[in-house]
Amino acid sequence: MATIELRNVRKKFGKHEVIHGIDLAIAEREFVAFVGPSGCGKSTLLRMIAGLEELSEGELLIDGKAAQQVPPAKRGLAMVFQNYALYPHMTVAENMSFSLRLQGLSKAARDEKVLAVARLLGMEALLDRKPRELSGGQSQRVALGRAMVRQPRAFLLDEPLSNLDAALKAQMRLELVRLHRELKTTMIYVTHDQVEAMTMADRIVVMNGGKVEQTGSPLQLYQKPASLFVAGFIGAPKMNFLDATPGAANEKGMPLTLLNGRVIEAAAGWISAKPGEQLKLGIRPEHITLDPSGELMGQITALEHLGSRTYLHARLSETVTLAVETAGDTSIREGDRQAFHLRPDFFHLFDASGQRLAHKGDKV
Amino acid sequence: MNRLFLGVAGWCVALAMFFPILWMFLTGFKTEITAVATPPAVFFKPTLENYSAVLQRADYVQFALNSVIVSLGSTFAALLLGVPAAYAMAFFPNRRTKDILLWMLSTKMLPAVGVLIPIYLLWRSLGLMDTRIGLILIDSISVLPIVVWMLFSFFREVPREILEASRMDGVSQLEELLYVLLPLSGPGIAATALLSIILCWNESFWSLNLTTVKAATLTAFTASFADPEGLFWAKLSAASTLAVAPILTFGWISQRNLARGLSFGAVK
Repeated sequence: MATIELRNVRKKFGKHEVIHGIDLAIAEREFVAFVGPSGCGKSTLLRMIAGLEELSEGELLIDGKAAQQVPPAKRGLAMVFQNYALYPHMTVAENMSFSLRLQGLSKAARDEKVLAVARLLGMEALLDRKPRELSGGQSQRVALGRAMVRQPRAFLLDEPLSNLDAALKAQMRLELVRLHRELKTTMIYVTHDQVEAMTMADRIVVMNGGKVEQTGSPLQLYQKPASLFVAGFIGAPKMNFLDATPGAANEKGMPLTLLNGRVIEAAAGWISAKPGEQLKLGIRPEHITLDPSGELMGQITALEHLGSRTYLHARLSETVTLAVETAGDTSIREGDRQAFHLRPDFFHLFDASGQRLAHKGDKV
Repeated sequence: MNRLFLGVAGWCVALAMFFPILWMFLTGFKTEITAVATPPAVFFKPTLENYSAVLQRADYVQFALNSVIVSLGSTFAALLLGVPAAYAMAFFPNRRTKDILLWMLSTKMLPAVGVLIPIYLLWRSLGLMDTRIGLILIDSISVLPIVVWMLFSFFREVPREILEASRMDGVSQLEELLYVLLPLSGPGIAATALLSIILCWNESFWSLNLTTVKAATLTAFTASFADPEGLFWAKLSAASTLAVAPILTFGWISQRNLARGLSFGAVK
C-alpha cells in the first residue's frame, strides 16, 4: 500500500530526452495503467519508479518520501517483467523465496510464505520445477508469485500478459483484477493494449511521445477523449474521423460542413468552436446508424461478423472510410450502397492541434 | 555431394592436424636409428628404452606437478581478476569500454620477447626467478585479455531482465555476481577456464626464460631434450609425449564442455 508521486520527471538518454516532464499522483490501492504505443516512454517511466533507471530530472516520492536515491529493493516495490525473467537455475520455490533469502529469513519462514502465495495462485504442484519445465502461463504465475511473496507496497507490471495467447490473456486479466482486490495493493500496469487497460485499471494514463496525453477512468477516456490521439487510441475499432468546418452556432445546435459539402447539425454546447476553422469530427462506430435518409452515403467494402454484432467498413470517397457497428444478423452484403446517420449527441470535435474543443457539458 | 565433399575435407583436416602427434607418439617407441631411417619406418619393434632413459635423466613428476600448479593457479588468478572486469564492462559500460577491450587484446599482438628484458629484470629484483608464483603471475597476465574477452561475450548473452529482477529482489552487487550471473554463465566460465588451462600448460616462452629447476614446467622438460650436439629424435618424442599426455587426456574428457561453452551464445 503506497502512494507514488512523480513531479516533473524527465529522462534523457545522452542528449535525447524520452520523457518530457511528467506529473502524476497515484493513490493508495489504485490500479493504474500506463498505456500508449511502443516507444512512448511508458516502460521507461515504470523502470524509473522501480529504480532500474535514474531520473534525469524531477522528483519521485513513495509514500511522500523522496525515493530517487533509494536502491530498487529498498523501495518496497516488486516488478513483473514482460518475459518473466525467472532465474533459470532455480526451482519455482527458490525463485519465489530468493528475495526472502537475501533478507535473511529462516528456511521455515520462507517455505511458509512461498506456500501461502502458491496456494493463492493455485500452483503448489509447480514448486519443485525449473522454469524451463513451465508453460508460458505457468511462468507468468511464478513471476507474479515471486513479486507477491515480498508483500510489496506496490506492484509494477511491465506488459505481463503480452506473451500469452488470447484465451489465457482474458483469464489472467480477471485473475489480476481479483488479486488486486484481495491484496489491496497499489498496482501500476504498463501495456500497449488498450483492452487490458480498459478492463483492469481504475485509472488510465495515456502516453504518447514521452508525454501524458490524458489521465482518467476508462469511461472518461472513452467518452471524453482530450485529444485526437486518445480518441484514436482508445476503443476498437477506432473512432472515425471526418474533416468538418463549423458555421455559426445557436441554442439548438451548430452546423458542420463536411468535405463532400453536406451540412450536418451538431448538438449545441460546443463553446470554443470558431466558425470557419478546420476541425476533425470524431464519431465511434456504435454511434452511427443505418438510415436511408442519412447524411452520408458509402459503399460497403468489408464486413466483420462477430456474432453479436457486425462491423461494416464503408468507403465514402477516395480517401475517407467509415467503420459502423450494426446488428449481428445484418443482411447487408459487400458492395452494397448504404446511407448512414451520425448521432449528433455523440460527436467529438478536435481543433487543428488535435485538442478537444470545450463543451459546456465537460466538467472543469 | 556437397556434404560428402565437406565430410572428406573435414577428415583430411583432422588427419593433417593429428598426424604429427601420432608420428611423435610412434617415434617415442622407436630406437634412435629407426627414428631417423629413410624411408620412415611405419612397422617396427616397439621399445620402451627412450621412456626409461628420459625418466632416468629428469624428474618427470616434479615438472608435471609444476605444470599442474602453474596452469591451475594462473587460470584461477586470471578468473579472479577477469570475472569482475568482464562483469563491469558487460553491464556497466561507458564510452571507453570498447577501447579498453581493444587495448587489452592489442597486448596479445606484442611479441612476448619484446618485454623479456624488463620482465626479467623485474622478476629478478622481486625474487620471482624460478618460482611458481613468478610463473603464475606472468602466465595469468598473459591469458587475462583472452579470459576477459570470452567472459565479456558470455556475460552479454545473459538476459538483462534476470539481473534486474535480482536487483528488485534486493541483491548486493557481490550477491548478483555470485548467485545469479555466475550460475547463469556456468558453461561459458567453464569453457574459459578450460581454454586458459590449456594455454598456460602449453606456454613455453616464459617457462624457459624465467625458470631453471624448481619451477620449470613440462615445456621446459621437453625442451631440455632438444640437444644441440646431436638430435635424439626418439627421446625427444618420448619426452614430448609425456608432456602433452596429461593435457590431451584432460582436453579429451572436457571436450564436450568446451564445445558447449564455446557455442554457448549461438545455441541458447
